[in-house]
Amino acid sequence: MTSSASAESIHATGIIRGPKDFWTGVIYVLFGGIAFWIARDYGFGTASRMGPGYFPTVLSALLVLIGVISLVRSFIVPAGPLGKFAVKAGFLVILATVLFGVLINRAGLIIALLALVLVSAAASEKFRFEWKAAAGLVVLIAFCALVFVKGLGVPMPLIGTWFGE
Amino acid sequence: MDIIGNLWLGLQTAASATNLLYCLLGVFLGTAIGVLPGLGPVATIAMLLPVTFGLPPISALIMLAGIYYGAQYGGSTTAILVNLPGESSSVVTALDGYQMARHGQAGKALATAAIGSFFAGTICTLLIALFSPPLAEVALSFGPAEYFSLMVLGLVASIVLAHGSLLHALGMIMFGLILGLVGTDVNSGVARYSFGLPELADGINFVVVAMGVFGLGEIIGNLEHEASRTVMVKKVTGLMPSKEDVKRIVGPILRGTGIGAVLGILPGGGAMLASFSAYALEKKIAKPSVPFGKGAIEGVASPEAANNAGAQTSFIPMLTLGIPSNPVMALMIGAMIIQGIQPGPSVMTEQPALFWGLIVSMWIGNLMLLVLNLPLIGLWVKMISVPYHLLYPAIIVFCAIGVFSLSNTEMDVYFMAGFGLLGYIFRKIDAEPAPMLLGFILGPMMEEFLRRALLLSKGSPLVLVTRPISATMLALALLALIAVLSPALQKRREEAFAEED
Repeated sequence: MTSSASAESIHATGIIRGPKDFWTGVIYVLFGGIAFWIARDYGFGTASRMGPGYFPTVLSALLVLIGVISLVRSFIVPAGPLGKFAVKAGFLVILATVLFGVLINRAGLIIALLALVLVSAAASEKFRFEWKAAAGLVVLIAFCALVFVKGLGVPMPLIGTWFGE
Repeated sequence: MDIIGNLWLGLQTAASATNLLYCLLGVFLGTAIGVLPGLGPVATIAMLLPVTFGLPPISALIMLAGIYYGAQYGGSTTAILVNLPGESSSVVTALDGYQMARHGQAGKALATAAIGSFFAGTICTLLIALFSPPLAEVALSFGPAEYFSLMVLGLVASIVLAHGSLLHALGMIMFGLILGLVGTDVNSGVARYSFGLPELADGINFVVVAMGVFGLGEIIGNLEHEASRTVMVKKVTGLMPSKEDVKRIVGPILRGTGIGAVLGILPGGGAMLASFSAYALEKKIAKPSVPFGKGAIEGVASPEAANNAGAQTSFIPMLTLGIPSNPVMALMIGAMIIQGIQPGPSVMTEQPALFWGLIVSMWIGNLMLLVLNLPLIGLWVKMISVPYHLLYPAIIVFCAIGVFSLSNTEMDVYFMAGFGLLGYIFRKIDAEPAPMLLGFILGPMMEEFLRRALLLSKGSPLVLVTRPISATMLALALLALIAVLSPALQKRREEAFAEED
């Protein structure tokens, strides 16, 4: 919500006329710049014997160029505002995924899935505790344990290293 | 004739009990997940890809192809029944299909979509069988210079046909190309952009990128505006179109198939552009009495035929040249590489059973869709009725387990989370992720081909323009870029995509 307000206020001041172009440009320049910086350590080689740095250097330079064009355009061509960011939903969905990664080996599949589902489900406005949904969760976890661990043999411990072994 | 022998070989491969089973499983799972709103074919295939890792290569590819057109068909079902297209290529189907459903003609609309898709699928399978061998023959004479130029043409074409800003499509390609370079350089052994992480030494797995950007990113995007959906139709009846209807849909299906077949081969276009263009054409040539947008059966038949035709013919460049024309084909190529098959013109000669088996299985899969889907419509309606807030946590579960199972490392799960965030941000700033995925897949190949081309020419970049085929392709790429910058074409591009808004 705050990001939308700030984006609109930037828009309103009239300095940046195309906030989408502006932020895309920022991302391209940043990413391209970093990639270019790192690529300096890789041998550039010659055209006939391209070193490991040849392609990355050329590509990241092009990306920076595109980013700069995008930035310039954002000051000239007016475009719509950035729109509202789903900050809470985005945060919870990403957090849930990361939690799964942290917990999968340490706490085991059962707890990792519980954490993933409960945290990600909280991202929805319609989230509330229901018996039906809880039953669905149990079925889902049982399904994953049976199909992926027993059936397909994915090496995921049901109970992780935190609890013995 | 040769082609009959080849198709016979294909039939023997595809009709084995195991492969029929995997085809059926693919079509079924593809449709089941494809009907879920907001899950397109890319996310569906990425999610189900790990399931196929344990299979023999031919079964895996047959199943993945089945998932692809199953997902397409499932998207159309959702578009007709709830006006929420499951994927971008069925956006136009929703225009008239949903109106038909509101007027109690849901069954007829679904049957029309199924018949149109099946007809287009049959014709295009034949096209693939006819045109792949000569094309692969030509491709066998390609050197590194030709391949490099072909990939440049492919990437440029994907910009031309992409939806949205050209500059950003170009940027996204560069972005993808650079991401594709992460990992150990095959020639020097230098680990590039790996930040000392052993998990990055082999590069980022494309499934991680696809699931993050198209799976998680999409989910966050959907959570932005949670609309409650209502399924119009609880019970679908009256499947068979009348004689009058059949007369009305023959022309649109034929035209849709033609447009789809041509656009599907072009890089970047695929099914989505095909369905938009087909709908636009029908609107233009139809009699004024045809109620487009208010439930015209023509408006369902034509885009459905076109999107299936495009889905089918997009296999041609993938199978013969090893070059993906859209993200789905990029995933298929990734799957082939995982199975130890180097995609390219040699697949046909070295593994004829696999090649022709896959082609024949496409037709069998389309037949299965036709036979299977209409009776199962009750099940699909039930799947659509599952509320999104109960659905998406389960989708994340399957994405997370799928990504973890790629190489049994939690690091991939973190990367997926990162790409999910990135995918969502790209969505917000109108940077289309599809060209990025193409660049990501093509990046390492392009570098290798350029390196070899320049090595052979002793460093002279002129090799790219002195060899005729390579020069032609670069000229085409340049022409496409110039054309797209011309105001006339820009206007037509906007028109072609205007239906979506």
